[in-house]
Amino acid sequence: MADVKNYTINFGPQHPAAHGVLRLVLELDGEVIVRADPHIGLLHRGTEKLAETRTWLQTLPYLDRLDYTSMLPSEHAYCLALERLLGVAVPIRAQYIRVMIDEMARILNHLLSIGTHALDIGAMTMVLYTFREREDIFDVLEAVTGIRMHGAYYRPGGVYRDLPDQMPKYQENRFKNAQTVKELNEARNGSLLDFLEDFTKRFPVYLSEYHTLLTDNRIWKQRTVGIGVISPERALQKGFSGPMLRGSGIEWDLRKKQPYEVYDRMDFDIPVGVNGDTYDRYLVRMEEMYQSNRIIQQCIDWLRKNPGPVITDDHKVAPPSRAKMKGSMEELIHHFKLFSEGMHVPAGEAYAAIEHPKGEMGVWAVSDGANKPYRIKLHTAGIPHLAGVDELVRGHMLADATAVIGTIDLVLGDVDR
Amino acid sequence: MSAKLDRLVRQLKESLGDRVGEPVIALGEVTVAIPAEDYLEAMRRLRDDPALRFEQLMDLSGIDYSEYTGYQGKRFAAVSQLLSITHNWRLRVKVFAPDDDFPVVASVMEIWNSANWYEREAFDLFGIHFEGHDDLRRLLTDYGFVGHPFRKDFPISGYVEMRYDPEQKRVIYQPVTIEPREVTPRIVREETYAKGGGRG
Repeated sequence: MADVKNYTINFGPQHPAAHGVLRLVLELDGEVIVRADPHIGLLHRGTEKLAETRTWLQTLPYLDRLDYTSMLPSEHAYCLALERLLGVAVPIRAQYIRVMIDEMARILNHLLSIGTHALDIGAMTMVLYTFREREDIFDVLEAVTGIRMHGAYYRPGGVYRDLPDQMPKYQENRFKNAQTVKELNEARNGSLLDFLEDFTKRFPVYLSEYHTLLTDNRIWKQRTVGIGVISPERALQKGFSGPMLRGSGIEWDLRKKQPYEVYDRMDFDIPVGVNGDTYDRYLVRMEEMYQSNRIIQQCIDWLRKNPGPVITDDHKVAPPSRAKMKGSMEELIHHFKLFSEGMHVPAGEAYAAIEHPKGEMGVWAVSDGANKPYRIKLHTAGIPHLAGVDELVRGHMLADATAVIGTIDLVLGDVDR
Repeated sequence: MSAKLDRLVRQLKESLGDRVGEPVIALGEVTVAIPAEDYLEAMRRLRDDPALRFEQLMDLSGIDYSEYTGYQGKRFAAVSQLLSITHNWRLRVKVFAPDDDFPVVASVMEIWNSANWYEREAFDLFGIHFEGHDDLRRLLTDYGFVGHPFRKDFPISGYVEMRYDPEQKRVIYQPVTIEPREVTPRIVREETYAKGGGRG
């Protein structure tokens, strides 16, 4: 009989299902995975080291680039850590805006996650639908922050500016005639909040469409039920968080357990799974999108009724308004000092964690009193999840590796930093 | 909130004894420094003691204190952020490596499996060795990378750069051709700055 040996293959770094530049070294016995060794760092940009050479405010936009499928929550964790060090209070309206945008980002993230997960294991159509909905949220983000993805919108002490009164509209051109433009603009005639409210009304319908496509789909279930099972004890040992932990049945959500901003005023539920397999985690993510939708509706209601400032008036931290700056010497000095030398953060250290769509995102910021961070450690949810891949895929077939990579909701920008 | 932190501090003193440093409450967070020789045992107790029950190691990272303003002490520390799901509290544990030239601390991989990659990362970026880690390879930097880039004496632009050489028809490494440029200098103000009642 011929001598049969295990063999090793490279999955990635340029594989369409690897969600970026992941190199996964798989040791196979026939078609069964014996060992998986992820090699990361191909997208390592040294964000933490770069932060040490920039002022506290200049570091902020780098945080967007970590997890580029849900951008603004990363800034949120950074701002929370900084606000704790500085001891500044955030105006209540800014807190509502942050919560609303975080939940939009959660929908954005889960739509991409589920869409591409389905794409990876054979359901091409899903990604077309989920990207259609993502487009609406990107339009909102563009109107709010001025840019579709990397907003740099959260600032220590609040948010950069208030929500706009108008939603940008489509215009006639040689591809879109008057009739099409009128239809497209139907929801865009009011304010930004009107457009978003219209979206939150439409969104549950979309969600039920996805359920129709996937939830009882025989192929989808064959590819996900019982794949990548992890017990609650192992999930804790492995440092999992977010949907990866809740999929195993542990009811742990920082928004409920250690509420930050105004999450304690929100009415929402935490979905948990039972079996800790890929299918349960899919269901958890679907339900989370529905709950996020509810939170957004509550925020819209509140934001409509309660105007107010959106950033702190402590000018050692946040700049004064343009109009004031032009007229007052002191404000001008504040503005100049803030954008040349930057803010000085009192010596100390703080670890602020938020419930990022992927799990716990924490920022450990150390300051020695300078205008630049002494050290910033970014804890992103992707690292422990990817480190757990070996355990999740062991004993499964090669084709299940893509299902597992899909379910851990991998983004390499987030893992490599 | 602070009552809960006080309870945590009391419990820490009771469980860990007086061999560990005094737990510090600052900015609503508790930090405790543990000497390197007691580190492993104390960490095990932090996880297993039912009154503490830190089930999760959320993060572990290295830090190089060599340029910290006004700091005198050991250069390298491994800092862990622990989380207890049962009691819903957090703790930061610091352990300083006794030797600055060859920093070694014990590995907590046996206690929390999630430490595996965190310790590999701290080894890669700071050169802290974790005794008892069974797979201490570099994690983030390139294959064959020399040095530990997050140490304070490592320049931001590094030492080597990579390019394609058309003559040799392969990718080569060469010394960096860019120079680090500092637009805004790093400034630490004296404590009395802008507090003297002057025009500040």
